[in-house]
Amino acid sequence: MENINLIIPEIALFLGICLALMVGVFFKNSFSIVMKISILILLGVIYLILADWGGEQKIFLDSFKNDKFSDYFKVLILISSIFIFFSSDQFIKDKKLNKFEYPIIIMFSILGMFFMLSANDLILFYLGLELQSLALYVLASIDRDNIISSEAGIKYFVLSALSSGLLLYGCSLLYGFTGSTNFDEIGVSLITQNTGAIFAMVFILVGLAFKVSAVPFHMWTPDVYQGAPTSITNFFAVVPKAVGLAVIIRFMDLPFKNIIEEWQTIIIFISIASMILGSVAAIGQKNIKRLLAYSSISHMGYALAGVATGTVSGYTSTIIYITIYIIMNMGAFACLYLMKIDGKYSEKIEDLSGLSKERPMLSFSFLILFFSLAGIPPLGGFFAKFFIFMSVIESEMYILAIIGLLTTVISAFYYLKVIKIIYFDDNKIKFDDVRNLSIKATILLSCLFLSLYFISPSIIGSLLDGLFI
Amino acid sequence: MNFPILSSIIFLPLLGALFIFLSNKKNENSSAIYISIFTSIANLLLTFFLWYSFDNNFAGFQFIEEKNWISGLIKFKLGIDGISILFIVLTAFITPICIISCIISVKKRLNEFLIAILILETFMIGVFCSLDLIIFYLFFEAGLIPMFLIIGIWGGPRKIYSAYKFFLFTLLGSVLMLAAIIFIYWAVGTTDYTEIYKLKIPKEYQYLLWLAFFSSFAVKTPMWPVHTWLPDAHVEAPTAGSVILAAILLKMAGYGFLRFSLGMFPIASEFFTPLVFTLSIIAIIYTSLVALMQDDMKKLIAYSSVAHMGFVTLGIFTFNKQGIEGSMFQMISHGIISAALFLCVGVLYDRTGSRMIKSFGGVVNYLPNFSLIFIIFVLGALGLPGTTGFIGEFLVLLGAFKINYLVAILASTGVVLCAAYMLWLAKRVVFGDANNTIVTKLKDINYLEATILIILCLVSIVFGFYPEPLLNTMDISVNGIIQNHQNELTVNLINK
Repeated sequence: MENINLIIPEIALFLGICLALMVGVFFKNSFSIVMKISILILLGVIYLILADWGGEQKIFLDSFKNDKFSDYFKVLILISSIFIFFSSDQFIKDKKLNKFEYPIIIMFSILGMFFMLSANDLILFYLGLELQSLALYVLASIDRDNIISSEAGIKYFVLSALSSGLLLYGCSLLYGFTGSTNFDEIGVSLITQNTGAIFAMVFILVGLAFKVSAVPFHMWTPDVYQGAPTSITNFFAVVPKAVGLAVIIRFMDLPFKNIIEEWQTIIIFISIASMILGSVAAIGQKNIKRLLAYSSISHMGYALAGVATGTVSGYTSTIIYITIYIIMNMGAFACLYLMKIDGKYSEKIEDLSGLSKERPMLSFSFLILFFSLAGIPPLGGFFAKFFIFMSVIESEMYILAIIGLLTTVISAFYYLKVIKIIYFDDNKIKFDDVRNLSIKATILLSCLFLSLYFISPSIIGSLLDGLFI
Repeated sequence: MNFPILSSIIFLPLLGALFIFLSNKKNENSSAIYISIFTSIANLLLTFFLWYSFDNNFAGFQFIEEKNWISGLIKFKLGIDGISILFIVLTAFITPICIISCIISVKKRLNEFLIAILILETFMIGVFCSLDLIIFYLFFEAGLIPMFLIIGIWGGPRKIYSAYKFFLFTLLGSVLMLAAIIFIYWAVGTTDYTEIYKLKIPKEYQYLLWLAFFSSFAVKTPMWPVHTWLPDAHVEAPTAGSVILAAILLKMAGYGFLRFSLGMFPIASEFFTPLVFTLSIIAIIYTSLVALMQDDMKKLIAYSSVAHMGFVTLGIFTFNKQGIEGSMFQMISHGIISAALFLCVGVLYDRTGSRMIKSFGGVVNYLPNFSLIFIIFVLGALGLPGTTGFIGEFLVLLGAFKINYLVAILASTGVVLCAAYMLWLAKRVVFGDANNTIVTKLKDINYLEATILIILCLVSIVFGFYPEPLLNTMDISVNGIIQNHQNELTVNLINK
C-alpha cells in the first residue's frame, strides 16, 4: 500500500472543489457563498500542508514527490490566492463577473499547479501543466462580453497551446533519448553528453520560459495583462509565475543537473534579454497594467539570473526573489482596485496625477510599492535583488551582474514616472472613496512587510534552509 | 558602554517622523513643527554628548555596536572614529537649521516636508556610522528617496527634470559600487570594514574595485564631468533641500573617498591619483569660470560647491596630513558656509520670488542686517582668514605643494577665481543701486532667520580662529589612514 497521506492536500483540494461546484450548481446567486467556501478550503489545505511540513517522500512509483520545496511553493500560492480572493471581491462584483465558476476555476488551476510542483515524472508534470493551462485559458477570457478580454483569451490560448506542444515534444524526446520519464533516472542517465537530450532540454525550456513570460516568449504578457480583468491579471502576475519558476528550478536541479553548461548559456541569455526588454519597453506605457506586465518581465529576468547560477544559493535567492515579488505585486494590484472613477475602474497612469493631495495614504502605498519594485534600499525589493546579485557574483558571472544592475537604473526611470505623476503633478481627477477593508488590509500588509523587511532580511532565507540537498 | 547611543542617534529622527506621520491631521501643522524641532534638537544634544564622550586619543573605532543582521552573511555594525564623528555632528547641527528654515519658507504640505527631512537625517547619520559596506550602501542609497521627493514636490519650475537627473545619476553611479561591494564579500569573505582593513584586498582586484567606488563617489561629490546634476538639483530644490544637499549629501562622497577608497584600496588610490588630480583641477578652474557667468544666485553657489569639492578631492589624494586634514576641514566649512549662503538666497527668494542677480542691487540700503551676514558668508566662501574657509583651503594647498607644484599652483588660481565670482556676486546683489522697486520695499530678516544665520556665522568664525577642537578630534584617525597607506605602499614595493 502506498503512503497515501502524502497526497492528502491534493485530494482535499479536489473534494473541496467538487463540493464548491455542487453548491454553485444547486443554489442560485451563489457567488458569495462559493467564494467563502473556497477561502475556507484553501485555508484548510494550508493547514494540511503545514501539518505535514517538510520531509522528502515519493509515492506512485516515484512519480509524485513531496518535499519542503514543493510545500513551500504550495503554501505560497495558496496564501497569495486567498489574498487575491479577499481583495478582488469588490472588483468582481462591480465588474459583474460574480459567477460561481470564478473561484472554482482558480482552484482547478491551483490543483494543476500542485501536481506540477510535486511532479517527479514527466507525465504527471505534463498533466498538471495542462490542467493549470486549461483553467488559465478560461480565466483570461472570463469577461466574455468584453472584446479585449476575449482577444486576450484567444491570444493566450493559441500561444500557450503552442508552447505546451513544444514542451510535450521536448518531454517525448527526453524519454526517447534517456529511456525514462522519471526525473531522478533522467538525471542519472544524462551524465554523458547526449545531443538529443539537449534538444529536448531546449524545447522544455522554451515551454517553461513561456509560462514565466521570459523574453523572447513574452509577447502574450502585456496583452493578457491588459485584456483580462484586474483580479485575473493579479492572479496571472503572481501565481503561475511563481510556479513556473519553481518548475524551472526543479528541472534544472533534477533532470538537467549534469548538463549545466548547456542550459546555463540559454538561461543567461533569457535572463539578460528579459531584464533589458522589460525595462526599456515599459518606459512608454500609458496603461498601468501594461506597465506592470513589462515590469514583471524584467523581474522574471532577475529571478532567472539566480537560476542561471546553477548553485544552491542561486536557487534560494530566486525563491526569495519570487516571494518578495509576489508580496510587491499583491500590494500593487490591490492599489489598482482602488483606482475607481465615477464607478468605473481606471487603468490609465495619467489618472493618478496629483493623487497625493487627495489620498495621501494610497499615494504613500504607491510610493513604497513602486520604490520597492525599483529595488531602492531600504525597501524589500532591494533585498530581493541583493540576494540575487550576491549569488550571481559568487558564481563569477560578472557580465550578468553588471547588466542586471544597470537595467535596474533604467527600470527605476519608469517606476519614478508613476511616483512623479502621483506626487509632482497637479490634481485632475477625483477618485471614488472605496471603503473596502480587505483591499486596504492587503495594501497595508504588503507595505508593512516591504518597509520593515530591512529589520531582519534573512527571514525568508531561514524558511528555506535545507530546501536543496 | 552598553547604551546603544549610535543607534539611538540614527533612529531617533525616524521615530520623530513616525510621530508626525501618525499625528497627521489636516491643517494642523503646529504639532508637526514642535515634534520635528524637538527631535532634531534632542538629536543634536545627543551628538554633542557623543562628541564629549568621544576619546580623541584612541586610534580605531569607538562606540561599536554589533548585531546579527543577515544570518551568516552580514552583521549590522556601527562605530565611529575621529572622521565620522565630525560629520555626524555636522548633520545633526544642520538638520534643525533646515527644519527652522522650512518652517519659515515652506507654504504647502509642511508635515510631509518635515517627515522627509527627518527620514533623510536618519539615513545621513547612518551613512557616517556604518562600519559594514552593505549597511553603508543601504543608507547611502536610501537617502535618494526623500531627496527625490523634496526636489520634486517642493521644487521650482523645472523640478521634475532635476529630480530625475539627481536620482538617476546617483543611482547609476551607485549600482557599480554595489557590484563591487558584493565582489569584495566573495573575495575577502566579509563586508565588515574593520576586517577588510586588516585582511587587505588583493592588489590585482583593487584597480577595478576602486573605479567602481569612484563612479559612485564621483557622481555624488560631484566631480567634473559628472557634476551637471548638481546645479539643476540646487536651483530647483527648495531652500532646505539645497542646504541639506550642499551641506551633507555631498560630504558623503568625500567621506566615502576618505574612508573606503583610501582605506581599502591604497595601491589603486596611489595609482589613480593623477586622474583625481586632473579632474579636481578641471573642476576647480572650469566650474569657477562657469560660476562667473551665472545669472542665478543658487546656480552660482552650486557651481562654487563643485569647485570647493574639487579642493576636497585634491586634498584627500595628496595622502599627507595637511592635505587630508585640510579637506576634512574644507568639507565641514563648506557644509556651514554654503548652507548659510543657500539660506541667504532663500531669504531673498522668500521675499521677492526671484533668485536672479540682476533683479537685486542695493540690498544693503534696505536690509542692512541681512547684508552684513551675507557679506560675512561671501568672505567665508572665498577663504578669508578668520573664517573656516581659509583654513581648509590653506591646508589643502599646503598639502598639494608638498607633492606637486604644478597642481598646487593651478589649484591656487581657483582661490583667486573664487574671490572674483563671490565678490562680484556681493557687489551686484548687495551694493550699488536698487534695480527694482520691489527691493526697496523689502523687510529685513526676522528674529528666527537672524538666529539661524548668526549661529552659522559664529560657528564659522569661531572655528576659523580656533580650529583646534576639530583638528584634535580627527588627528589620530587621519594619521591612521596615512600610516596604513604608507605601509601598504612599502609592502607593495618590497613585493616588487
